[in-house]
Amino acid sequence: MNTPYYVPPEQFMKDRADFARKGIARGRALVALQYDSGIALVSENPSSTLHKISEIYDRIAFAGVGKYNEFDQLRVAGVRSADIKGYQFSRQDVDARSLTNQYAQILSQVFSEAPKPMEVELLVAEIGIDKSADRLFHVMYDGTVLDEHDFSVLGGDSQAVTDRLKISHVADTSLKIVLQNAIAALSGAETKLKYADLEIAVLERNGRRRCFRRIDESEIEAIIG
Amino acid sequence: MPIFEVGSDPGANFGELLKRVGLSPFGSVSVDHELVIPHATTCVAMRCKDGVVMAGDRRATSGNLISHRSMEKVVQADEFSGVAIAGAAGPAMEMIKLFQLQLEHYEKVEGQTLSLEGKANQLSSFVRSNLPAAMQGLVVVPIFAGFDFHTDSGRLWDYDVTGGRYEEKDFVATGSGMLHASTVMRISWRRELSTDDAVKLCARALWEASDADSATGGPDSMRGIYPVIASITKQGWSSVTDETSAKIYSDIAIEVGAR
Repeated sequence: MNTPYYVPPEQFMKDRADFARKGIARGRALVALQYDSGIALVSENPSSTLHKISEIYDRIAFAGVGKYNEFDQLRVAGVRSADIKGYQFSRQDVDARSLTNQYAQILSQVFSEAPKPMEVELLVAEIGIDKSADRLFHVMYDGTVLDEHDFSVLGGDSQAVTDRLKISHVADTSLKIVLQNAIAALSGAETKLKYADLEIAVLERNGRRRCFRRIDESEIEAIIG
Repeated sequence: MPIFEVGSDPGANFGELLKRVGLSPFGSVSVDHELVIPHATTCVAMRCKDGVVMAGDRRATSGNLISHRSMEKVVQADEFSGVAIAGAAGPAMEMIKLFQLQLEHYEKVEGQTLSLEGKANQLSSFVRSNLPAAMQGLVVVPIFAGFDFHTDSGRLWDYDVTGGRYEEKDFVATGSGMLHASTVMRISWRRELSTDDAVKLCARALWEASDADSATGGPDSMRGIYPVIASITKQGWSSVTDETSAKIYSDIAIEVGAR
């Protein structure tokens, strides 16, 4: 019998992390930003049917970057978990923190035990009664959770996008300003993204039960002008 | 978090998902004595020019006692459809809750809403799953109505205990006061009724049903409880406010008093 090669745990983890990071870096970035009456999620996505941003529950949205089939499987699992919890207990008992923890558990388990780690990064966004209760949970490919404020950037080229947003982001501003900033940050200095290539959705404090709403191309034009 | 193997995945079916995780509310119940069940009573629905209007009284009874005065038997299912329920209150409310969840669950998992016919069919399977309980006396028979964007019109269906689904072209009534309510509608219903006139006709149908049927509640101006009336059009679901209902019923009372 052949003796398996010894791989030090540090090397094992590093190889897997590099693999996952490489997969994620191939995709485009996605940003989520708080504005005065909600959270806007913006990403570059030429497909109008294969969504990166989706509704999970009344006040919770999901965004994923990386490998589509992997984050979509996690999205559906999240919808299921949230709907079961709301059915079994109450709609008020469904929260982003609990969902995020479940995602973190799955991702960390897959990262260390499955044949290959998942090449995804997730964002679980939730709007509260007011701005201070808004949540942006950023979950990495290895299950690391970041509790972020003001804005969150996922996916390839995220460092550059973050740097641009750090300069332009203004707290407590309108949806129009936030969208302009997001599009500028995703575009970079040389090009400007076309509205048709953007996927935008908002969680808005609208007094209704379901706060998630997609914003289509014509509405982006109406908002930004 | 529920993750399933390829091949055993319940897809967008919430009822099936509940079964997989062991939470399904359906199943046979054994009853060894006659149960006194609060019965939900008269509900009506009719098509009109711009969509459909549905209405239901608010009374629940246990035998000859009034057990509840403000039951809501006409409930919004999603933005463009609603359900009215007659039958045993417990299973009926559970069915509505599950139906609402199913429509929303499907919409979120699949990224698009079910067609109106798909929704009607889904409700059919819920009623059918309730058959073992119905055999024991816990009957639930809904009316389903909504706006169909494929045909650009309002559509409505009624059901029998076995889940049989029947599309109605004009109007339908269910519950113990259905005979009186249908007679009113049969006389005054016209295809070109405006939404406002259809609301008034539904209110009138329930008035006559409550006048002749002890298990149907009438307008209760003392407590400010009026039948639930709602219209569903291209613009979505819209409930008639208590103020409007109060006005409609006081007009009917004046008219009836002047006979």
